[in-house]
Amino acid sequence: MELFTNQVLAGIATGAIYACMALAVVMIYQAIDHLNFAQGEMAMFSTFVCWQLMQWGVPYWGAFLITLVFSFAGGIAIERLLFKPLAKAPILTNVAGFIALYAIINSVAGLIWDFTIKQFPTPFGSSPFLGSQLISTHQAGMIGVTLLLLMLLFFFFRFTRMGLAMRAAASLPESARLVGINTSWMIALGWGMAAAIGAIAGMLIAPVVFLEPNMMLGVLIYGFAAAVLGGLTSPLGAVVGGFLVGVFENLVGTYIPGVGNELKLPIALALIVTVLVVKPAGLFGRPIVKRV
Amino acid sequence: MTAMLNVKDLRAYYGQVQALHGLEFALNEGSLTTLLGANGAGKTTTLRAICNMVRSTGAIEFDGAPLTGRSTENIVRLGIAHVPQGRGTFTTMTVEENLQLGAITRSDKAGVISDIERMYDHFPVLKERHTQQAGTLSGGEQQMLAVARALMLRPRLMLLDEPSFGLAPLIVRDLFKILGKINREDKVTILVVEQNAQLALELADKAYVIETGRIVMSGSAAEIANNEDVRKSYLGY
Repeated sequence: MELFTNQVLAGIATGAIYACMALAVVMIYQAIDHLNFAQGEMAMFSTFVCWQLMQWGVPYWGAFLITLVFSFAGGIAIERLLFKPLAKAPILTNVAGFIALYAIINSVAGLIWDFTIKQFPTPFGSSPFLGSQLISTHQAGMIGVTLLLLMLLFFFFRFTRMGLAMRAAASLPESARLVGINTSWMIALGWGMAAAIGAIAGMLIAPVVFLEPNMMLGVLIYGFAAAVLGGLTSPLGAVVGGFLVGVFENLVGTYIPGVGNELKLPIALALIVTVLVVKPAGLFGRPIVKRV
Repeated sequence: MTAMLNVKDLRAYYGQVQALHGLEFALNEGSLTTLLGANGAGKTTTLRAICNMVRSTGAIEFDGAPLTGRSTENIVRLGIAHVPQGRGTFTTMTVEENLQLGAITRSDKAGVISDIERMYDHFPVLKERHTQQAGTLSGGEQQMLAVARALMLRPRLMLLDEPSFGLAPLIVRDLFKILGKINREDKVTILVVEQNAQLALELADKAYVIETGRIVMSGSAAEIANNEDVRKSYLGY
């Protein structure tokens, strides 16, 4: 029983990483209806910016805030320069754009900061959390930040005018324009927010996986999986999906013989496919009710 | 009296296809005008051209200022509300959120709240369902919601695209009654595009008839209703 509890706890800790990334994925999906394959690389780049600032002597929280602003502005810039012109293009053109962006950001980061692994500090410390050997204070902090982000997003979308306008622009652009919403800027804003959330994810993940240009590759796949499992349109779903994927991955690795660390990923993904076959809207995606 | 909306030599295009061929008409402030025409005559295109939702040339002036080159959302912000064909309901959101969206450009919070209550007075069924997902409303209820959403803008001009479409005759009568009331009491200028010519002519004070992208007849609603050709083609007797 203790093994089980420990594995669940450890799963929740890794799940927080996925949850954080899934939040960014859901943000962008809400705004543009696509999955952004470059999301992880954008987060990685932001994390490098934070690292660089700290190398220059900026204290952690200062660097953290500057990185958030930089990422927000960067996300908007990417949308304005690259994806606004592609807004009416076919999906595949957009996908090609995402892949190009992925490759470009990855290479540029490698060029500037090279591919050697770097240490990234944590603001929460890394001693055992409440005496547990499985959760460190950093991981507990990460879970806390993820839940806080979730609450902020929920509040933003549910109770603010801007949030309502963003939801409207995402669900029905033409009607949104007819009530006076500048849908084009709402999309840009969605990119900015997704980039900033991604940056938070990156800065929290880096102390665990170490900082290097390819650090987000696996994380992004799990992040996608978590977002899809949670239903792509729901921030709450993304977070719950993230924790579920983390826990499931751990339990399967522990209890099913022969799986071990190497086969965790395909089995977790197999579970997700199964869930989607049974419940295509995901766990928390609101099925759209329509009169026929 | 100068017109509130003045349309001159309006031509609209869908790709290579020209849908409007030099349309001209004017709406006086406070009037309730109807634009009649058969399927494909260009009624919807006319409304879409006013809101810059289709490529067009010519001059459209609102309060003497040209609308040319303004984006749809900027035109709406001038106080022109457009109830599109198919109603444009935000189906995944609640009825109340739909109403809030109608007022999204307004910053007077108290005014918005009291206007939502006013809409519930106009359309009591919306109050009953205010927490319901708008996609679950019936066609008639969705049309009421669309009109209410447009009114939340506090528009000076309201464009309605076939509000009677797909509704039961009794519901259409109710809806048109409310439109008349809005026109008289709230001083909203209304342009309504209709295939249901009889009802539209009863309601309106002025009418235009459009055929293949041109205005072929105009006059007071009574004149048009008594016109031999209109009676044969649009009223069916």
